[in-house]
Amino acid sequence: MKKGLFLFLTFLLALSSLLAGCGDDSNKSNSGGDSKSGGTLVFARGGDSTSLDPITSTEGETFRVTDNIFENLLEYGETDTTIQPSLAESWDVSSDGLVYTFKLLKGVKFHDGTEFNADAVVYNFDRWMNGDVDKFPYYTMFGDFKGKEGAVIKEVKAVDANTVQFTLTRSQAPAHPVGTGPFQFVEWKESDKIVLKKFKDYHVKGEPKLDGVIFRVIPDNSARLNALKGGEVDVIDGLNPSDESKVSGDSSLQIIKRPSMNVGYLGFNVETKPFDNKLVRQALNMAIDKNALIKAFYAGQAIPAKNAMPPSIEGYNDAVVDYKYDLTAAKAKLAEAGFPNGFTIDLWAMPVARPYMPEAQKVAEVIQANFKEIGVTVTVKTEEWATYLDDAAKGNLSMFMLGWTGDNGDADNFLYTLLDKDSIGGNNYSRYSNDALHDILIKAQTESDPAKRNDLYKQAQVIIHDDAPWVPLVHSTPLMAAGENVKGYVAHPTGSESFKGVSLK
Amino acid sequence: MFSYTTKRLFSLIPVLLGMTLVVFFIIRAIPGNPAQVILGQRATKEAIEALTEQLGLNKAWYIQYFNYLKDLAHLDLGTSLRTKAEISQEIFPYLAATFELTFVAMFIAIVVGVNAGIISAWFSKSWFDYVAMLLALVGISLPIFWLGLMEQWTFSIQLGWLPTTGRENVRNPVEAITNLYLLDTLLRGRMDQFIDVVKHIILPSFALATIPMAILARMTRSTVLEVMNADYIRTARAKGLKMFVVVYKHALKNAFIPILTVIGLQIGLLLGGAILTETIFGWPGVGRYLYDAIAYRDYPVIQSGVLIIAFFFVMINLIVDLLYGFIDPRIKYTE
Repeated sequence: MKKGLFLFLTFLLALSSLLAGCGDDSNKSNSGGDSKSGGTLVFARGGDSTSLDPITSTEGETFRVTDNIFENLLEYGETDTTIQPSLAESWDVSSDGLVYTFKLLKGVKFHDGTEFNADAVVYNFDRWMNGDVDKFPYYTMFGDFKGKEGAVIKEVKAVDANTVQFTLTRSQAPAHPVGTGPFQFVEWKESDKIVLKKFKDYHVKGEPKLDGVIFRVIPDNSARLNALKGGEVDVIDGLNPSDESKVSGDSSLQIIKRPSMNVGYLGFNVETKPFDNKLVRQALNMAIDKNALIKAFYAGQAIPAKNAMPPSIEGYNDAVVDYKYDLTAAKAKLAEAGFPNGFTIDLWAMPVARPYMPEAQKVAEVIQANFKEIGVTVTVKTEEWATYLDDAAKGNLSMFMLGWTGDNGDADNFLYTLLDKDSIGGNNYSRYSNDALHDILIKAQTESDPAKRNDLYKQAQVIIHDDAPWVPLVHSTPLMAAGENVKGYVAHPTGSESFKGVSLK
Repeated sequence: MFSYTTKRLFSLIPVLLGMTLVVFFIIRAIPGNPAQVILGQRATKEAIEALTEQLGLNKAWYIQYFNYLKDLAHLDLGTSLRTKAEISQEIFPYLAATFELTFVAMFIAIVVGVNAGIISAWFSKSWFDYVAMLLALVGISLPIFWLGLMEQWTFSIQLGWLPTTGRENVRNPVEAITNLYLLDTLLRGRMDQFIDVVKHIILPSFALATIPMAILARMTRSTVLEVMNADYIRTARAKGLKMFVVVYKHALKNAFIPILTVIGLQIGLLLGGAILTETIFGWPGVGRYLYDAIAYRDYPVIQSGVLIIAFFFVMINLIVDLLYGFIDPRIKYTE
């Protein structure tokens, strides 16, 4: 039931208290005027949000904004993925794990002045549950919609004004987003900026400290750093690791490190030749110098990966010993697999910078050189990003670079999502299928004892290590930079955070 | 003249229709499913199928194409798959941003480029000629992203004179009327914001101007140089006209047709959105709008966006063709 519980709580996190309402245009941004208090923070990032209705999205750039407008019954810890109270001050779980009762905070107001209460929570969950794929086609988190087989929630009801009860079956868009969060929505101009201003009636006294937050889109990493240096923005996302020294050497700037919760990897499509042969995959695992990659392209801001999930996640198996970088052994293994003279193959490298792999093309060239030494001739190829993902999902790429940033800090979100046979056609781009692994991962989903669950994931990692559908390359520490006057900015491993505790000195 | 114009306008219809057909098929030929892209890497197969159906993308291509044409005939450009907004409304601020940048960049390019070309021709084989033509060569060859970053480094970070990115000071935002911020700030009488907007447009417009400026300089030099050897120029000089008048009135006027052609083509190109300049300078123009639409496989936005740009391109060429007649009365617009 732990997965049930964990995922359920995670869903609550994902699902925010929304009320459809009309934003008032009466108090248009007057940020030019009174600058007596906190000031407006400008946050620059590479991409825009896809939506401001968190119920309809699964995408990180969306949550980065909505996390400041909406709140959830529960929230993550400031720097980890433990579950903490938010709009719910406390909660109880029945002994069978099926009934959850939440006590709500009192005196909380929505941005439009409406009272936050149990009815509002019920309304929101009903909005989602009574939806259908047309309305919220993106949601799979709660299993399924109401009444369908697979639905996790059976019923949500208001016990009294401040108590909500969820009953489980087994162990979303307003024109202006209106929530109970620390900041309220002002304006969104796509591919350009999103403007939020302080919510004066926010239920936590003294927060937020800022008058407002502006999210700007500056696609180019170097131009974004220039904008920070020029003082036009206060915080930037996606700092190139190679630019770290430029920031740390400047006393007016600071580096913000986001705790690592990702993996960058080289994947093999195990349905294609020669990668249907385990020995070939193992041989290539011995032929990449991960430390050299980290030194060259991550400025040391990464650790070599030996498992498909990062060590920060519970259930990580540190006992797995990585394939040693050894070209002679790799060549011998390749000969044993029947390829004494190597082979020729395409290597697909991502066209875009990702947090887990800022410079995929260059990393690919190093892998190309590494493989050359054991007789494997590689042609580096790339294509436009959407096409790349599509081809990968269809199994058209036999050797490719990709990666993953965790959604919720759970092992399931890496191992099952990326490597279970159920995920073929989805995120299992290696099309790797192992029944023994599948049994373990399914069992882990419903195992309620954390120790036993961790054991299962440890076993899973041993199987994956031996089958070697990937070369796990790195777990990177994504870098951000900010002006030295930005205080209290704590980067969260999930990639989005609330700005309520942030101030400008 | 009038009938020529009408005829030319009617001939636009098959051109634009052909355009819709080509764009329609090209974007469907590229792999990638809009539903998949909208839903993201984490979406399930069922959700993708449901959204594909909802978006009408599982219908036969000819039905999709005729539905699109039918909407176009009603002047309906469609709605974005991603944002669900009307494209005709949504695209407007981006077009305005691109117009403004194009206008300023072409102004710089014409003033500097044409004059540099004329002076180079006037004093051909002088040091000015050599330096100007060398600079023009460099201008054509410079990668624009490098130039953009260097501009930012020099004028924003080292000298602190100009902002690096964007159209406005986001802490003191412009209230849009026409979305042409230079105009809007003046209409609202906000001189402080007008200065902000001018400061923001200088770097990107110079970066964008380099290539047209270089092309114009070289083009002007060679055409003016050719004209300078003509008999009527010799006559003009012989009758004692000032060299300035000879060059700027007699020579330039006769050399101007090819220059005007290049100006028209360059404006048309820039109006399509300068994706590199817009990316480096965080300029919210139509190039990035369309680029994002391609990344999201937002078919209606790509179709209608390209159509609008194509429309402006052919219109500008039409205007250029009509201007020939004003410059050179010998040109007659006949059937």
